[in-house]
Amino acid sequence: MIDFSATHLQLFGLPQQYGIDLNVLESRYRELQTKAHPDRFAGEDETQIRLAEQWSGRINEAYRVLKSPFERGCYLLTLQGIEPFGQNQPAMPPDFLMQQMQWHEQLAEARSKADKLMQLEQSVERHKKSLLTDLSGTVDSSAEQAALILRKLKFLFRLEEQVGEALEALE
Amino acid sequence: MALLQISEPGLSTAPHQHRLAAGIDLGTTHSLVATVRSGEPQVLEDELGHALLPSAVRYCSDEAPHVGYSALNMQDKDPTNTIVSVKRLMGRVLADVNEAAELPYALLDAPGMVRLATVSGDKSPVEVSAEILKALRERAEKSMGGELTGVVITVPAYFDDAQRQATKDAAKLAGLHVLRLINEPTAAAIAYGLDQAAEGTFAVYDLGGGTFDFSLLKLSRGVFEVLATSGNGHLGGDDFDQRVYGWILQHANIAAPTAGDMRTLLVAARRAKELLSKQDSAPIQAVLSDGTAVDLTLEYSTFDTLTADLLQKTLISCRKALKDAALAVEDLNGVVLVGGATRMRTLRREVTQFFGRQPLTNLDPDKVVALGASIQANILAGNRGADDLLLLDVTPLSLGIETMGGLTEKIIPRNTTLPVTRAQDFTTFKDGQTAMSIHVLQGERELVGDCRSLGRFELRGIPPMVAGAARIRITFQVDADGLLSVTAREQSTGVETQIVVKPSYGLGDDEIARMLQESYQLAEADKHARMLQEAITEARRLLESVKAAMDTDADLLDDAEQVEINAFMQHLFNAMAAGGTDDIKKHMDALNNGTRDFASRRMNRSISQALTGQTVDSIAA
Ligand SMILES: Nc1ncnc2c1ncn2[C@@H]1O[C@H](COP(=O)(O)OP(=O)(O)OP(=O)(O)O)[C@@H](O)[C@H]1O
Ligand SMILES: [Mg+2]
Repeated sequence: MIDFSATHLQLFGLPQQYGIDLNVLESRYRELQTKAHPDRFAGEDETQIRLAEQWSGRINEAYRVLKSPFERGCYLLTLQGIEPFGQNQPAMPPDFLMQQMQWHEQLAEARSKADKLMQLEQSVERHKKSLLTDLSGTVDSSAEQAALILRKLKFLFRLEEQVGEALEALE
Repeated sequence: MALLQISEPGLSTAPHQHRLAAGIDLGTTHSLVATVRSGEPQVLEDELGHALLPSAVRYCSDEAPHVGYSALNMQDKDPTNTIVSVKRLMGRVLADVNEAAELPYALLDAPGMVRLATVSGDKSPVEVSAEILKALRERAEKSMGGELTGVVITVPAYFDDAQRQATKDAAKLAGLHVLRLINEPTAAAIAYGLDQAAEGTFAVYDLGGGTFDFSLLKLSRGVFEVLATSGNGHLGGDDFDQRVYGWILQHANIAAPTAGDMRTLLVAARRAKELLSKQDSAPIQAVLSDGTAVDLTLEYSTFDTLTADLLQKTLISCRKALKDAALAVEDLNGVVLVGGATRMRTLRREVTQFFGRQPLTNLDPDKVVALGASIQANILAGNRGADDLLLLDVTPLSLGIETMGGLTEKIIPRNTTLPVTRAQDFTTFKDGQTAMSIHVLQGERELVGDCRSLGRFELRGIPPMVAGAARIRITFQVDADGLLSVTAREQSTGVETQIVVKPSYGLGDDEIARMLQESYQLAEADKHARMLQEAITEARRLLESVKAAMDTDADLLDDAEQVEINAFMQHLFNAMAAGGTDDIKKHMDALNNGTRDFASRRMNRSISQALTGQTVDSIAA
C-alpha cells in the first residue's frame, strides 16, 4: 500500500530517477486524482472529504514538482541530501558571472525597445534549453554538476521574468 | 455479521434519492438556470418560454421588487430605481467603481461595498443580486417540483475573493445552498466538452456584458484540467456601449444628459452595437427628456476604431494565460467563443487572427455556461454516475503575505491546481520580538497597496530570541472550494495560530441572518424546524455513506472496530429518532471521529488500486 510519506516518484509508481516518461506521469496523475479528489466524495462524511482534500493536495504538489524538469532536478538532489541552493555550495564559475553581467547590460539597454527585448528573451530561452539538456545527463550521475546547472537555471528564470516584466510594461 | 439493527425506510437498502440541483449563470446582463434531467442538461424557461432572465431589478415604494423583463422595460422611465449590471458592483467599494459617473444610480460610499439609494431604501449589490437569484430559484423549484438541495453558481474566473464572497452571500440571502462557485469559462468547457466528447487543449474566450474571461483547459478521459486562466473583471459589452455613448454625446452636442437620457442613449448605443454585428452601419435615433431629437448613423469602421483598444486588452490577457501555461497558439485544438459580446464581427476578426484559426461557435453562447454549471451541480449534489467528469480547477490570483517595506511575498502563485497546501518560513526582524502580524493578500502586484487585503492576524507568544533566529512557518491551504486558511507556527515551541480567511467585506453570519429575517419574516419555530430537517438530512447522508463504506471495505476493520462503528451509527440513529438538532450534530461528530482511521485505510487502498490499475494498463498499451 502507498502511504502519505511515499516519495513523489513512488506516489506515481515511477522509478526513483530523473528520466521519467512524462506521458505516464500525466496519465497517472489523472488516474490518481480520479480516485482521491474531494469531489469524488461529494455528499459523503466530512472525515472522508478532509482526507481526500489532503491526498489530492499531496498529488497536486507531487505532480507540479515532477512535471517541471527544474523542480524535479531540485527534488531528486534534495532526496540525496544535497541542497542545490544551500549556503555551502561553491561560488559560481567566473565565466558564468561574466555572462550574467552581459545579460544585465543587455536588459538595461533594451528596456524600452520591444524588438531588443524579444531578442534577449530568445537568447535566454536558448540557454535555458541547453542547460536543461545538460541537466538530464547529470542529475542521476553527478549531483555536484547538476546542482551547479540548477543554480544557473534559477538565475535564468529570474532574468526571464525581468524581461517579461519589461515587455509587459511596454504594452 | 448484522451490520445495523436499525431499520429506517430508504436508509440502507434503497439507492439514494435523486437530489434536486441546479446550475445558475448569474450574468451581468442576463441570468439563467439549468438542471440535469434524465442525464441531459437543460435550461429552464419561465411561463412565457423565456430562457434568459434580464439581470435587472426595479425597486418600488409599495410593492415587492420587479425582476427581469418587467424591470428592464422601466429603465428609462425609472432609471434610479432600476438596477442593471449590478454584477459590476459586487464586492466593490465606491473608489473601485471607475464608471461611477456614467451610472444613473445614486451610489453611496459604504465600508466594504458600495450601496445604492432606491425608493425602498439603501440596497447593497448583494441584496440586488439576491433578488435575481430568488427569481431563478422560484423558476427552478416550480419547474422541478421541489426544493433545491443545492446549486452551482458561475462567476468570472477573474473574480477575486471579495467578489466571490459577495456572490455566496447573495445566494445565502436568496435561501440557496451553494455547492460550489465555478468559473464561467470552465462551465462552458464542461458543457462543450461533454457535448462534443472533445479531447485536447482548448481555449475559452468569454466576453459577456461586464466581464472578460479567458481559460485554457485540457480535456482528457473525463478529467477537465484548468491549465491557466486570466481576464479582466471590468471589461465587457457594456464598455463597447459606453464608447458608442460617448461618441453620441459628442456628435449630437449633448452637454448635460439627465439620468433618464443616459439610460435612453445607452440603450440606443447597445442597439447600434448589436446591429453592427450584422450590417455595415446602424441608425441611432432617440428623443431626450427636453424634446431634442438625436438622429445619427454609426458606421462599422467608426465603431471599429472607437473600440479597437478594448479588443486589444482582451488579447493581452490571452497572451498572459498562454504564457502561464507554457503553450503556444499552435498547441491548441480549438478556441471556443462564449458570451453575447463575442457576436461582434470586429471581435471575431481579431480573435481569428490572434489564434490563427476560426473559433468554434456551435453551442448557443448564451446558454452554454448555465448548462455546464448544471452538470457540475448534479455531480456535487451526489447524483453520481459511473462516467462522471472530474474538474481540476486553479487559483485565479496569487495569494501571499506582506513583508518588510510594504512588499508582497507570493506563497501560492496564480494558476496553481486546487486543492493546495504550501508553506514558507519567515523570521523575526527585531531582537526579543514576541509577536508577528500576518497580513494576507491576493493579487499579482508587488506593492501591498495594489493587492486586495484578505485579512490580518497575529501570532503571539514567540519566545524572545535574537532577530532572525525564530523560525515561523506560514502555511496556506486552499481547498477545492477555493477557500483559504492560513496557519502560522513557531517551529521551536510549536506556538500556533490559525484563521480561515474570510474577507472583511464579506457579510457576517449575523448580518446574513438579520437580512434573512427581514426578507422572509421567518418565525423562530420555522427556523428551528428547518434546522432540524437539515440536520436529519445530513445525518442520513452520513449514515448512508458509512454504511456503503462498510459494505465494500469491511475487511479493513477487525471485529472490535466494526462493533465500535456500529455503535456510533446506532447512537446517531437514536438521536435522529429523538429529534434534537444539537444531539444529532454531536453524534455525527462522534461518528465522523470514529471512522477516521477507517477512512484513511480506505483512501490508501483506493490510491494503491489506482496505481496498480494504471500499471497494468500501461504495460498493455
Ligand atoms: N448581436 C450582438 N452583437 C454584439 N453584441 C451583442 C449581441 N448580442 C448580445 N450582445 C452583447 O452581449 C452582452 C451580453 O452578453 P451575455 O449575456 O453573455 O453577458 P452576461 O453573461 O450577462 O455577462 P457576464 O458574463 O459578463 O456577467 C451585452 O453587452 C450585449 O450587448
Ligand atoms: Mg456570462
